[in-house]
Amino acid sequence: MSRSAGPAPFTLSRDPFGRLVFVGRDGIAHAGVVPVRAFALTAPDEGISILSAESKELLWADRLADLPEPARTLLGEEFAQREFMPVIRRIVAVSSFATPSTWQVETDRGPAALILKSEDDIRRLKGPGALLIADSNGIHFLVRDRRELDAQSQKILKRFL
Amino acid sequence: MNADDTLLQGVQPAAPVPPKPDERTLATFEIDLDDRLDFRPGQLTLTERRIVAGDRAWDLSAGLNLNHHDHAGLGMLELTDATGRLALWRYTMARNPAALRFEREFNRRRDSIVSGLPPPPAVAAVCPICQAPLPADEEECPNCARELHTPPSTWTLLRLWRFAVPYKNMLLAGFLLTLAATAATLVPPYLTMPLMDDVLIPYQNGKPIDWTKVSWLLGGLLGAAALAWGLGWARTYILALVSERIGADLRTTTYEHLLKLSLEYFGGKRTGDLLARIGSETDRINVFLSLHLLDFATDVLMIAMTAAILFSINPWLALVTLLPLPIIGWMIHFVREKLRTGFEQIDRVWAEVTSVLADTIPGIRVVKAFAQEAREAHRFRDANRHNLEVNDRLNRVWSLFAPTVGLLTEIGVLVVWIFGIWLVAKDSITVGVLTAFLAYISRFYTRLDSMSRMVSATQKAAAGAKRIFDILDHVSSVPDPAHPAVLPPVRGGIQIENVHFRYGNRAILRGIDLDIRPGEMIGLVGHSGSGKSTLVNLICRFYDVTEGGIKVEGLDLRSVAVADYRKHIGLVLQEPFLFFGTIAENIAYGKPDATRAEIVAAARAAHAHEFILRQPFGYDSLVGERGQALSGGERQRISIARALLIDPRILILDEATSAVDTETEFEIQSALNNLIRGRTTIAIAHRLSTLRRADRLIVMDRGKIVEIGNHDELMVREGHYWRLYMAQSKQLDEPPPLGEAVPAEAAAVRHPAEEAKL
Repeated sequence: MSRSAGPAPFTLSRDPFGRLVFVGRDGIAHAGVVPVRAFALTAPDEGISILSAESKELLWADRLADLPEPARTLLGEEFAQREFMPVIRRIVAVSSFATPSTWQVETDRGPAALILKSEDDIRRLKGPGALLIADSNGIHFLVRDRRELDAQSQKILKRFL
Repeated sequence: MNADDTLLQGVQPAAPVPPKPDERTLATFEIDLDDRLDFRPGQLTLTERRIVAGDRAWDLSAGLNLNHHDHAGLGMLELTDATGRLALWRYTMARNPAALRFEREFNRRRDSIVSGLPPPPAVAAVCPICQAPLPADEEECPNCARELHTPPSTWTLLRLWRFAVPYKNMLLAGFLLTLAATAATLVPPYLTMPLMDDVLIPYQNGKPIDWTKVSWLLGGLLGAAALAWGLGWARTYILALVSERIGADLRTTTYEHLLKLSLEYFGGKRTGDLLARIGSETDRINVFLSLHLLDFATDVLMIAMTAAILFSINPWLALVTLLPLPIIGWMIHFVREKLRTGFEQIDRVWAEVTSVLADTIPGIRVVKAFAQEAREAHRFRDANRHNLEVNDRLNRVWSLFAPTVGLLTEIGVLVVWIFGIWLVAKDSITVGVLTAFLAYISRFYTRLDSMSRMVSATQKAAAGAKRIFDILDHVSSVPDPAHPAVLPPVRGGIQIENVHFRYGNRAILRGIDLDIRPGEMIGLVGHSGSGKSTLVNLICRFYDVTEGGIKVEGLDLRSVAVADYRKHIGLVLQEPFLFFGTIAENIAYGKPDATRAEIVAAARAAHAHEFILRQPFGYDSLVGERGQALSGGERQRISIARALLIDPRILILDEATSAVDTETEFEIQSALNNLIRGRTTIAIAHRLSTLRRADRLIVMDRGKIVEIGNHDELMVREGHYWRLYMAQSKQLDEPPPLGEAVPAEAAAVRHPAEEAKL
């Protein structure tokens, strides 16, 4: 059942509207395809799928590295544009220790504010000390390893865990 | 049986035969009601040849039947023959197990007389509540009976010792520390004696103060306080550590035991009750051990030690000091008992308040739809007002309590003052001794209050311990065999041989015979209550059969380890249950070490891959209690992927598609087609159209198989299946190619003209 064989020949290009166009073995061009990572958090570079605009799977690759070069770069660009997951470097202040609470944080993309609706929105990831914090607007902030934050940030974080 | 009864029956029994001494009694049944339904004992006796009731008797013969019925707590046993009813006895349901046993014995004996063969060996009786086999000659299951009838006893707490054994040494250390710490707290009052007699009073009489002595004594006071502090800390810490560990062991042991119990047990219990038992009851025991018991032990030690010290100083004054103690203790206890009933009432009222919430919040859509917000608000306000009233009443007494304890203490002290002054006046004691006595008693009068709390705390903890041991003492009704047979590779054939299943006293399956070949797809069809789900539950061995046997690879299910066998079963239920976690974890639930490629392959086969990819984190998205909201069909496809991943030889689909709309059903159906391929499949479906692909359809009715065959054969036969099918297709649009059913509402709004086309 597993389609672990290498991806079938295909071409991927960007059209003038900025959309990705996929042409598979059958020669039909699909515009506006969406590449997704099947295991976005646990194994981002394994299991890459290209879905058509109607959410039909057009291509599956076990590893991003399996894909031929122009496509891989295009996919990388596409992911980079779409995946917005700021990494929290420091928690500057929180408005209260009861939720909802507004956090002032410093991220790898600059200073930001996030509203934590409830403690449930802090999700522990598999990695040691890794956390994913969902903002009230649905943006996910990543903490790579909470043990490596500075002492004050850890102290604040501890009150929510 | 009396004359009235005969009139009532309208049938003259066979000529009464006096009991013969040589006739062996096989069974007796104590009746507790007479025919006017007054409580009056009576007896039914089954002998080798006859059934005897009072002065009447009937010979056992082929036509003679004993039937039982029950209704609303009243049981009825009737004796009939071909001509009509011969006699009728009534009893309360407390006697029902005995009645059933009697009936069983009757049938065995009669059948043996009729056939002329020796009676078959007695079938082991099972408890009607938990289905565990009953000990010979017992009518009630000892476990269930205890759970129902035994009030919690304080002695139950002693059973906790089993959990304390691993921490013996720490407990001993804790006890010794308690002893030492209590002793240390008793030093300061003792030191006031020389301070008074040797320092202060001589000074008043003109002697200078001996500063060396004073510094020694004051140093002693400080030292004793410091020692008491250190020892007290160590004691509390060690004992708290131990009690937390005992509590944790208790919780995990209970939970692990609970997980091993059969579904039967879970069916009979409310989820909230089990949650409370494992959560708050263990915590209550924990608090009891670490706080109440510890305090109580300290108090008892303190009173004993103080008494010893007082007697050593002056026995007479000691006697007067301690005399009011029991009286005051008893009075405090008396008031506390009064309060306790009040507090229990508050607990109940509080439960009422929360139950209003628990009723309304889950049903909020109904409340809003019927615009009953005002009524619910009123209900809540009423419950709260009741709560206030009860609290007000109790607070009147409660606010009196602390001042009363204070007053009693003062009176006790007063008695000591009076007698002490008299003794001082007689010069039999010094002022220092009196001061020391006063210092001692003020300490332990205050302890009396906390000691009186011990009684109710003990009762509560004992009740909690009982409820926990109720779980721990329960044996699984689907026990693992002591020496499980090794299950050979399963190919998927299942032999069901003359299976009977009784739940309580209701017969649900009555003699099912079925041979399921490896790889065959079986569809189970029948009205609800016909026993389809029960049969499936028996095949999964969630329950054990009452009679007969189910065999896999030639081995009886009861002879192989439960977990070994269940590994080969994939189950897809009507209500897919997703655990809190990621989609990937949910798919890999039955095989936690599955690779990502296996998970993706299973999801693809279950037609779940594409919608999973649409989730924000793909397979890493959260589902379950909170997290991403998935539709019913999506959840179902995840649960199909879960069943696919373990690659089971036997697949069971219990109404897997009945909770979703027809379009989703089509998706699921094609997912299921992948799942079914090459596996033994047993499917229950309400919509008969989903079972068209079945190799054989088994039509069940009231616990029996009434028809077997494939769709076309059964349609030709125009029997049960045909009737069911026709009843359903009345609701259908012209049958679509895949046979999706149109919901009844849709059929109802169709134009009558269209209806006519059918």
